[in-house]
Amino acid sequence: MSATYDEVVAKYDPVLGLEVHVELNTNSKMFCSCTTTFGAEPNTQTCPVCLALPGALPVVNEKAIESTIKIGLALNCSIAPFSRFARKNYFYPDMPKNFQISQYDEPICVDGFVDVEIETDEGPKQFRVEIERVHMEEDTGKSLHVGGATGRIHGAEYSLLDYNRAGIPLVEIVTKIVPGTGKYAPEVARAYVAELRDILRGLGVSDVKMEQGSLRCDANVSLKPMGSEVLGTRSETKNVNSLRSVERAVRGEMIRHADLLNEGKKVKQETRHFQEDTGLTRSGRSKEQAEDYRYFPEPDLIPVAPDAAWIEELRKTLPERPSIRRKRLKEEWAVPDKEMAAMINADVLDIVEATVLLGCDPTKARTWWLGEISRIANEKDVAIAELSITPADVAEVVSLIASGELTDKLARQVIEGIIGGEGNAKQVIDKRGIKVVNNDDELIAAIERACAAQPETAEKVRNGHIPAAGALIGAVMKDTKGQADAAKVRELLLGHLGQSGN
Amino acid sequence: MINKTAAEMADALSKGETTSLALTQAHLDRISAVDSKVKAFLHVDKEGALAQAASVDAKRAKGEKLSPLAGIPLALKDVLAQKGVPTTAGSKILQGWRPPYDSTVAAKLKAAGVVIVGKTNMDEFAMGSSTENSGFGPTFNPWDLTRTPGGSSGGSAAAVSSFQTPLAIGSDTGGSIRQPAALTGIVGVRPTYGAVSRYGLIAYSSSLDQAGPFGRTVLDTALLHEVIAGHDAHDATSINADVPAVVAAAKSGDVKGLKIGVIKQLQGEGYQKGVQTRFDESLKLLASLGAEIVEVDCPNFEYALAAYYLIAPSEASSNLARFDAMRYGLRVGDKDGASAEAVMNITRDAGFGREVKRRIILGTYALSSGYYDAYYGSAQKIRTLIIEDYAKAFAKADVLVSPTAPTTAYKIGEKVDDPMAMYLGDVATIPVNLAGICGMSLPAGLAEEDGLPVGFQIMAPAMQDQRLYQVGAALEAALNSKWGAPILSNAPSLGGAA
Repeated sequence: MSATYDEVVAKYDPVLGLEVHVELNTNSKMFCSCTTTFGAEPNTQTCPVCLALPGALPVVNEKAIESTIKIGLALNCSIAPFSRFARKNYFYPDMPKNFQISQYDEPICVDGFVDVEIETDEGPKQFRVEIERVHMEEDTGKSLHVGGATGRIHGAEYSLLDYNRAGIPLVEIVTKIVPGTGKYAPEVARAYVAELRDILRGLGVSDVKMEQGSLRCDANVSLKPMGSEVLGTRSETKNVNSLRSVERAVRGEMIRHADLLNEGKKVKQETRHFQEDTGLTRSGRSKEQAEDYRYFPEPDLIPVAPDAAWIEELRKTLPERPSIRRKRLKEEWAVPDKEMAAMINADVLDIVEATVLLGCDPTKARTWWLGEISRIANEKDVAIAELSITPADVAEVVSLIASGELTDKLARQVIEGIIGGEGNAKQVIDKRGIKVVNNDDELIAAIERACAAQPETAEKVRNGHIPAAGALIGAVMKDTKGQADAAKVRELLLGHLGQSGN
Repeated sequence: MINKTAAEMADALSKGETTSLALTQAHLDRISAVDSKVKAFLHVDKEGALAQAASVDAKRAKGEKLSPLAGIPLALKDVLAQKGVPTTAGSKILQGWRPPYDSTVAAKLKAAGVVIVGKTNMDEFAMGSSTENSGFGPTFNPWDLTRTPGGSSGGSAAAVSSFQTPLAIGSDTGGSIRQPAALTGIVGVRPTYGAVSRYGLIAYSSSLDQAGPFGRTVLDTALLHEVIAGHDAHDATSINADVPAVVAAAKSGDVKGLKIGVIKQLQGEGYQKGVQTRFDESLKLLASLGAEIVEVDCPNFEYALAAYYLIAPSEASSNLARFDAMRYGLRVGDKDGASAEAVMNITRDAGFGREVKRRIILGTYALSSGYYDAYYGSAQKIRTLIIEDYAKAFAKADVLVSPTAPTTAYKIGEKVDDPMAMYLGDVATIPVNLAGICGMSLPAGLAEEDGLPVGFQIMAPAMQDQRLYQVGAALEAALNSKWGAPILSNAPSLGGAA
């Protein structure tokens, strides 16, 4: 019988450690000038260097160093005046040199922190996640193992190798152990990765697309009995490809560890793979026998010794920290806590801000993006950013409502048309023949028709029973195919039945 | 014509007395005549050579400005990638591989109009001192075909000393240019680390490897040095500075007032009598030309060999990991559903020779967790101490000198079963590599006891390569007048047309 989450956190104290790999969005690879476009034909973005042909040598991509320093600065790290690359030696077919150029004991950025905030029942809570190091390395190629049951190298009939990804610049961001999160461990893990993603996006150094693998998270989890000082054995969960999965993986591992410990069993120190469908992890390779990577300083490269003045220049280019920006926007837009959290959760902050910057009212912008547009995105099961509606479209729709050219109801049709690819707001309005019926004569005629059709209801209203007006308004709206402004219909109807002023 | 120096050949070409095509054909004929005995070449690119020669002749006919060595034949050590031409680094694991790109050295040679006639034999992946470790059989010393030409650039040294080409390129990780130059009676220079691009030089030990020139005279060697040296953006360790004025230095050859330091630790005991005699004699000649001879102490040189045999195998164990049958070269055992891992193992077992396996195992061990500090870490500290020894010595002297190798050429097979004895042959050359400085070996005469060439080594600080040529040219002139002719004129003709 598996423990419930509440039982787990009552008995055990979780300790987190997070390793995030980020693919930089440089135009060329880490150590050669090959291009880095995602999804290109296999082995078309290769050269003697990234194929490890005999005699080829690596040369460091300066842009990658610049991006890494920016990341370090944004994560409050110190930038090492002298750092080196090292070789991590192990054999694997998708690693052309059979060693990876990485940084080992002399990383470029050390000792930083990220503050994250999560929503709890007792209100917002802050946690500080300390950063141990940020270092540079290169990605491997990709193997496709064909045949065999597992899709893994063992038992495969043959394997295909694509070296396009080999040598793409990677930055690894490693936290120190994160204690003291208690029952909030899954949320803190998720909030940390989300914050990191926002910081990296703000810096413009990576596409940070978890689903494409440009941001990958390994979550280390261990449990210790409540009150104990001794750390438990950790598992390292790989393949966590979304923010939601980060949270699920941590929660799932906490429960799995607790079950083992409750049965008096030991947690194995191992790599585990997250299964998106079940939310569980399965065992990968065991790490009990630590692999010996025979690290040594990369003799083909010279040390990285960034100039202090250059680092200060880069510091000046850092954008506003996402947490500070969120606070500022919350105040500027006067958003309630819950609504702010909803916007962050739905990942619409950037797009709402862009809409507001076009002159749109913040509340209206938020309502449209978070409401109707989110609903359509959910229906289509795509990210909001992938819909073909832009901040400019929303700003225009809102201004058309303000000027009375659209009602809220008609605006929804317009939005639907824009997303459906029918053009911008004006084009959708033209094509669909959408117009607000504003002409009083037309409306009065419709009101007269409604009253004639429902004389008893009209009589009730005339006698002061205002709630009865709803049925008549509904009839008018139907008569005008929803193109009338309901508020105006109500005003005219009440006037028509001698109830103005109510 | 083939007995002339490269400078003389270049002169004849520029005066129209001969053509590159004729010159190249004469050398190809010489190769046909003698290389079945010497085995200097692994591959002769007859067509490529003649095409390059014809192209240079055509440019000359049009009056285009050509580089000084345009049209001169050269032999390229097989450790350097040449586009479309078989390149094996002396290893069966690369048999049949034709690089899709040029090493920077090959590209510079081609751009200068130099005619690359073929790829020369070498110890597999440059691991060795006798060329006996080649995966394709040994090279024989033109002075005595029962002896080794030294190594690992034995093929290049033998090609030049047997007049198959006037010039050659070698590579020197622990003495692999200077030692074979000494053993075959020619000039060889290991330039300062970073002076010649390593891009396309198949790596043995990245922090020690350096390509360099062979010639029969100091001036020829300088002319070639100038062609291949210079900064290269494809090599992060390449030095971004002007190439030292080596040709001018080789032409001046003045040592008056120069201080020459004799390294106490690199002479006397362990050095063959005839080697020591010729060395002492050369010192006297230099003194007679106005140089001041001083003795310098380099106490840490004692540990150089040990440090070298930890650093070089460590780097090699990693550098050679890429030979895994996945993308190029040999592939063995790919049948009956063998796994990629099994194919890698079988191929590496079949493709690598004994010495290469020995060094991969040594290096893997030295880098292992728990041993790193004791081995690789300590070796790097010794390296620092050797750099300091040199710094102190160069404070007292402009150049340092020693015999290049403790002995003259030894018999084929004499040391193959005793790696330590073989390794000791590099005792005088290895400190230069560990310190990243430059060194030259030039022939100092023949040892009385065996009539074989003796090498005289000159060392200079980093990027002061011109000093090697300045001192080398002075000594060469003095020796030529003492012996009445270049030392190489005493070499046997090998029965080929000369």
